[in-house]
Amino acid sequence: MTVSGIAGVTPAPRPARPRALAGIRVCDFSGQLAGAGATRFLAAMGAEVIRIEDPIAEGYWDVLRGVPPYVDERRGRELGGAFNNHNVEKLGVTLNLRTDAGKQLLRELVAVSDVVTENFAPGVLERLGFPYEELRGINEEIVYVSNSGFGHSGPYREFKTWGPLAQACCGLAFSTGLGDQAPAGIGYSYMDHHGGNFMVIAIMAGLMHRDRTGEGQWIDLSCTDAGALLNGPALLDYTVNGRPLRRPGSPDSNRSRSPLMAPHGIYPSAGEDNWVAIACRDDKDWAALATLADGSWAADACWVVLGGRIDGEDELDRRMAEWTRGRDRFELAATLRSVGVPAAAVQRPGERIELDPGTLEWGLWPTVTHTEMGRVRVDGVPVHFSVTDWVIERGAPCLGEHNDRVFGGLLGHSEAELRRFKEDGVL
Amino acid sequence: MREALEDLAAVGALDGVRVVELASEHGAFAGKLLADLGAEVIVVEPPGGHGSRLFEPFLDDEPGPERSLWWWLYNSGKLSVTLDLSDPVDAENFTRLVASSDVVLEGETPGHLAALGLDYEDVVSRQPEVVWVSLTPFGRSGTRAHEPATDLTILAGAGPAWSCGYDDHLLPPVRPGGNQGYHTACLWVVMSTMVALYARQTLGLGQLVDVSMHAASNVTTEAATYEWLVAGETVQRQSFRHAAVRPTPQRLMRSADGGTVIGASPRYAEEFRTLIDWVVELGIDDRIDEFFFLAMGVERGGVVLTEIGTDPEATAIYQAGADALRAVAEHLTAKEWFLEAQRRGIAAGVMLAPEDVIENEHFVARGFPVAVHHEDLGRTFTYPGPAFRAPSSPWRVRGRAPHVGEHTEMIMGALIEEVG
Repeated sequence: MTVSGIAGVTPAPRPARPRALAGIRVCDFSGQLAGAGATRFLAAMGAEVIRIEDPIAEGYWDVLRGVPPYVDERRGRELGGAFNNHNVEKLGVTLNLRTDAGKQLLRELVAVSDVVTENFAPGVLERLGFPYEELRGINEEIVYVSNSGFGHSGPYREFKTWGPLAQACCGLAFSTGLGDQAPAGIGYSYMDHHGGNFMVIAIMAGLMHRDRTGEGQWIDLSCTDAGALLNGPALLDYTVNGRPLRRPGSPDSNRSRSPLMAPHGIYPSAGEDNWVAIACRDDKDWAALATLADGSWAADACWVVLGGRIDGEDELDRRMAEWTRGRDRFELAATLRSVGVPAAAVQRPGERIELDPGTLEWGLWPTVTHTEMGRVRVDGVPVHFSVTDWVIERGAPCLGEHNDRVFGGLLGHSEAELRRFKEDGVL
Repeated sequence: MREALEDLAAVGALDGVRVVELASEHGAFAGKLLADLGAEVIVVEPPGGHGSRLFEPFLDDEPGPERSLWWWLYNSGKLSVTLDLSDPVDAENFTRLVASSDVVLEGETPGHLAALGLDYEDVVSRQPEVVWVSLTPFGRSGTRAHEPATDLTILAGAGPAWSCGYDDHLLPPVRPGGNQGYHTACLWVVMSTMVALYARQTLGLGQLVDVSMHAASNVTTEAATYEWLVAGETVQRQSFRHAAVRPTPQRLMRSADGGTVIGASPRYAEEFRTLIDWVVELGIDDRIDEFFFLAMGVERGGVVLTEIGTDPEATAIYQAGADALRAVAEHLTAKEWFLEAQRRGIAAGVMLAPEDVIENEHFVARGFPVAVHHEDLGRTFTYPGPAFRAPSSPWRVRGRAPHVGEHTEMIMGALIEEVG
């Protein structure tokens, strides 16, 4: 308990935490998750991220604006939970780039920014009059990072994508499934998360190069290239050994072929749709598991060494499932771990978010304050920095919420000018 | 748009940064990415080599510490030094190596390095500028810090598996394939290492960077997390589509040649118009039961996602669009479908296996497959290449993975000379 919790006592202001990216300004056109997820982390680390949206489309270019989930019965542009989650700690402005005054304001903003980010379809920013050459003309040191489904070169460069499509086209969806079933794919936009994460790496690479050389550049990130890089050793098994992943019984991603492990799977447990994951990394893990498994089956000499367990893997998995089926997944996993065997209940969202010390002690679900939604929990950051830790306190900006602060406070336009911009449909 | 051409003389963004990496199964990919970005990455292995050198598959299926393709992939471009950290002389050498480096990347069990006197806390007082990155299953401290874990158990406990699998819930949830629990954590390692190095320029200080694999996968599950956080709802897994609170229509389609393809159902008026034209051109309008709903889609000015399932007319229009897409897909080969749909502005895809991707015309044209020469074998192999093109600070696979202790003499010799 701290005194700050006692009513009537004003807490002493916390000492200002140094911010890792203080002084970095990002002129941010990116949205959805693949782009917004990148600048979200930069903002949490102290960068000033200015998210630019189109006032004519009311920001709906970002398909997550206004869509579920909602905190209560209210609906509307500012009330979408996904948009809030992906845009915490950012400033929001509107800018109509169809107008000359809007274009001029963007030039002024680029001139005082370090980074320009976007995840439009290739060519969109160019058609708005801002190809890289133009941005560089305004600010020679600008780091411009584009993030698109297939990148800005190659025969598919104009192709449209969204998360599941990128995952299908890069190998990851194919790689995810059971051996005797069609691919299951990944049940969410995994490559939107990692498109954003690779985008952070691209931005940081651009900034580090700029600081060393004074040189800006345009970095072209392709989500499908990024996804293809995540295929793991299966890719080399093909290019080196000529063994494709598409072969009978393969892939079975609940099993482990690199390295070979068995048993290795997700097995049924007591209750409806309850499952437990168990991985025996080696013969020692197996021996530990075998002492827990009742009945004589686990003691059979045929399972003692890995080769036997791989040869009889179908039978082994059947035996494992019989053993796990009636047991509580949390208890069984804890018992296995207590003898050193990696095991985990397949957790539902509510379990890993509300009950799991692995996320709660981390502070993984911070609460932000959103101007219209109020107090909402969001994703935190899976990293703690001992000196410059992340801060996530402010919710996503409402449409144009920070127009005055950015175009007035930062760029120095008067109240009268701002009023005129609004009247003229520039903001 | 003009292609971003790479300057052949340019060096990577992390040129001049030295990373000492204690070999680990879960952190190897992070070190490889840092090497691709230009860092000098020295992987420290125990004498005889790290255990992951014996991970399948092997070159020509013959096991051996220099033949593991797992090791090759995740350690390309690194240098190898062998040190026995439990030996006082080698421990001293490790300290010296750390003193010469900017970043330490380690995935040791919490407490293990402290017991040897080689942890962050032992180093920071004499080397405050060090960026020390720990990658562990559950972080360096806390209730779960000492639990054993693998890629599978992390993905099961942290959310991804709950969202992946099939409509038939008698089938188990599915682990995303290809080591995604490790990959996810390693991307956070690279992002955080770069941010900490950036901050060091202004602060003059390094810091401890504590990465939790469990936390990393927990915040990489998209709507599964925020449906719960915001609305207290639980998503359910579905075959080849997003896990969702309420069931959504099947997306996968079969092409005429038996391929698996997908396409985005039309929402905007012009998309309905495009689809009508295509269906008529192919002469297959008789195969779509409710063809007239497509024209209604045009007249109505498209449909809004939030109307699907609530507004009967919008729902019928949306369903007709999906049916029309399916009829077209069944009429064409997978590749015809993919290229022709995209030419017409419909977001469409085809399911590629990793082996298809590395040979695909688009990935080849972008320079994604790269040649890595193994001079020791007199052979050259194709590896996955860059995730992005940064012309002035290029992403480059620097070369094959090192042999056990291949650079011990060179690196440790230079250090001892410096001190001597």
